[in-house]
Amino acid sequence: MSRKLLTFNGGVHPEGHKDVSNATPIRLMPLLPRYLVALRQHIGGPARALVQAGDTVLRGQMIGAAEGYVSTAVHAPTSGRVLAVAPHEVPHPSGLADLCVVIESDGLDQAIEFQPLDWQALNPSALRNRIRDLGLAGLGGAVFPSFIKLNPEGAGIDTLILNGAECEPWITCDDRLMRERAAEILQGVAVMRHMLGAREVLIGIEDNKPEAIAALRAAVANEAEVVAVPTLYPTGGGKQLTYILTGRETPTGGRSTDVGVQVFNVGTAYALYRAVVLGEPMLSRVVTVTGHVATPGNYEVRLGTPVTDLLAAAGGALPGATGELVGGPMMGFDLEDRASPITKAVNCLIVKDRAHFPASPLILPCIRCGACARACPADLQPFEMYWFARAKDFGKSQSYDLFDCIECGCCTYVCPSHIPLVDFFRFAKSEIWERERHKQDADQARARHEFKAFRLEREKREKAGKLAAKVAENKARDAAAALGGAETASDPEAEHKKAILQAALERAKKAKESVTPQNTENLPPAVEKQIAEIEARRAGAEITQPETGNSPS
Amino acid sequence: MNGSPYILSENNSVTLVMLKVLAALIPGVIAQVWFFGPGILVSLLLCGAFAIGFEAFILLMRGIPLKPFLSDGSVLVTACLLALALPTLAPWWLYLLGVFFAVAVAKHLYGGLGQNPFNPAMVGYAALIISFPLAMTQWAAPLGVAQATPNLWEAFDLVFAGAGSISPDAYTSATALDTWKTQVRLGKDAADILGQPIFGWAGGRGQEIVASMYLVGGLLLVSNRLITWHIPFAFLAGIAATAGLLHLLDPALHASPLFHLFSGGAMLGAFFIATDPVTAASTPRGKLIYAGLAGFLTVIIRTFGGYPDGVAFAVLLMNVAVPFIDAYTQPRVFGHKHGGKRGKA
Ligand code: SF4
Ligand code: SF4
Repeated sequence: MSRKLLTFNGGVHPEGHKDVSNATPIRLMPLLPRYLVALRQHIGGPARALVQAGDTVLRGQMIGAAEGYVSTAVHAPTSGRVLAVAPHEVPHPSGLADLCVVIESDGLDQAIEFQPLDWQALNPSALRNRIRDLGLAGLGGAVFPSFIKLNPEGAGIDTLILNGAECEPWITCDDRLMRERAAEILQGVAVMRHMLGAREVLIGIEDNKPEAIAALRAAVANEAEVVAVPTLYPTGGGKQLTYILTGRETPTGGRSTDVGVQVFNVGTAYALYRAVVLGEPMLSRVVTVTGHVATPGNYEVRLGTPVTDLLAAAGGALPGATGELVGGPMMGFDLEDRASPITKAVNCLIVKDRAHFPASPLILPCIRCGACARACPADLQPFEMYWFARAKDFGKSQSYDLFDCIECGCCTYVCPSHIPLVDFFRFAKSEIWERERHKQDADQARARHEFKAFRLEREKREKAGKLAAKVAENKARDAAAALGGAETASDPEAEHKKAILQAALERAKKAKESVTPQNTENLPPAVEKQIAEIEARRAGAEITQPETGNSPS
Repeated sequence: MNGSPYILSENNSVTLVMLKVLAALIPGVIAQVWFFGPGILVSLLLCGAFAIGFEAFILLMRGIPLKPFLSDGSVLVTACLLALALPTLAPWWLYLLGVFFAVAVAKHLYGGLGQNPFNPAMVGYAALIISFPLAMTQWAAPLGVAQATPNLWEAFDLVFAGAGSISPDAYTSATALDTWKTQVRLGKDAADILGQPIFGWAGGRGQEIVASMYLVGGLLLVSNRLITWHIPFAFLAGIAATAGLLHLLDPALHASPLFHLFSGGAMLGAFFIATDPVTAASTPRGKLIYAGLAGFLTVIIRTFGGYPDGVAFAVLLMNVAVPFIDAYTQPRVFGHKHGGKRGKA
């Protein structure tokens, strides 16, 4: 290996537990009687529902259209009937409910006709629009709409990095995908490279995945270089991987494209292959189900599959399970409700048990040992930020570059006093956003008002009376009213669902009142962008694309 | 608030950190017993017992749960460092007072674990040397200076009964540092002074081996990543550079850098005292500045001050400057152009 690799400062070596789930091939989930497709599966605005209760849909049919710039379409995972378009619990750190399309499958699984795209001939902007309408979003966890990142305009991107690092413990979906579908991934890479005009393609894979490295090396000709990078969490962070492979440091508040690099997850490349070469919308993804379950492994899961069904397919949780995590143990979050559907963002479900996920130990005061600072890949001084965040002096926390924190969790991981540092940083950031929100000037308020008026007008025009009412009510977070309008049928089935919805809404309300305001509704665009960026960093994989999000000051 | 990460590094706790620090002191303690007799064990025991007593009492008074905070081990480290910094065979109340100043005043009056700006052990030492300068100059004499060292029972007797049954004079003497200072001031010839039995090949007889063992223990701490190299290196470099310069200027007045490095509390200070994370600078550059200046001040105080050793005052003086040093030496954050000043927004 000739390439000279750099190492970022800090990082940690948590135990991998990869072998729990990476030994068996990807398994296909059987068809389910019902799917719940969230209209917000990605960063940015939710898709606008194109169907209403009673409609019949086909597999691959667009049921939600991209709304606003940062948004992509969503599609029906199978053929059947739309039961409702209603708020439902979704897997998101906020625990809030979001609008979902409930589809009852007809068992036929009839698809629309998929049309492969002539990607070499199509003009770039038309191709990007098609990719948006095929619902492509980053699968590394950041779920940023791919079509935006595939726009090279003025960015001068010379290097395309494919992120196959998969540095989080337990997760193996990318590992299996690379082992089994290397050729298809490379076809997706060809499309990306064509669209970005990148000269060089680097595929970075942590060296704890020798089979994946071998598979890609076997499949690759000379169009890309497969680079084994040392196993060190968080190597899979977009900025970290960019630095390791190219030595280029993404400027603060910026993105890797500022240094001529675009980063995509390997799963996204595979999905792009299916979208462009096969013409198939994003209907499924590979999800690792691991931890304390009967048959851990990787499953090809249709988007909209309730977590309960996925867990059942994996043989169910073993006795002694203590809950589920969505994502990895370093950056994931607790699943609030097993009825939530799998979205594009869900790369892994970990069923916890006491042995691997013990109760949090007692927290002692900070002894300023500096272990957190030495572990921080962003070269921050976490204990200083913590000190001020705890004192609610958020301005000072921010002056220690709080917004450069990627929430990777390394600091908490090494702290001998067991201080949940990242919790404090998330709290401080959300408090600062909250304040920003209050500081917004009248112009933005007016613009927002005008846009809302425009939207309401359009929705009226679309005669989707009931739906519009539901959406508006949901926006107003009037839970009870939303529920009242949500149901049209009154069979026992619907009654049951109503109960579930009611419970979900109550939880949502509670979550909203909790100390950590994660509610991203009605935020001014600047702040929304900031949040999108942080969320992207949270997911630790891909870099967001929209205009620069400088830290609010 | 109970979000990610959901896993924590194993075998990692404040207690473990403190236990490792204590373990790294063992070679030095053994050397001390070897050359100076088991008196050090008595003072370690006393300081440890007093410290736990004070800590428990104060925690109770403050309504803080006893178990986790007592078992964090930090108070034992403070107690042991104080015991190692104080003369052995001193009367028991000296240790009691020292521990009182270290634990009750320096630690808990400032808010307890992690909150204190001053190194507690050094506050204890400084309070004693100001209040009882004479008692603080009576050090156990090493073998080769004294005929013999007291055995454990004699040591207990000396500590608790004072000069009651045994005369302490048989077992004590001034330290090499002290001897050098007083005799140079009397105008004695440097070579003559260094020829006296209290001086060894580098520092004080016996003391130089104890210091070497602290060096060994300290290097273990560095290799186990409990401390970084910055503070010990800069502290010793500060001592060596300052002492070296003075020695070059006038070798008849100023002892060699080697002597300064291996006598008094230099090695203990470099690896175990100046490195106390709570009170030391925290940034890499800050640590170099903080410890380098502490080393410089140590030699200056030893040379020109009225006290026999300068480590304690040097460290305490630099403790004052830590917030300032830290704020101006923040490392460059990933993706930023410069490091430097932070936190005074
Ligand atoms: S690791 Fe924990 S105890 Fe050490 S400085 Fe950081 S926050 Fe403080
Ligand atoms: S969570 Fe933030 S502060 Fe902590 S190590 Fe990661 S980047 Fe640094």
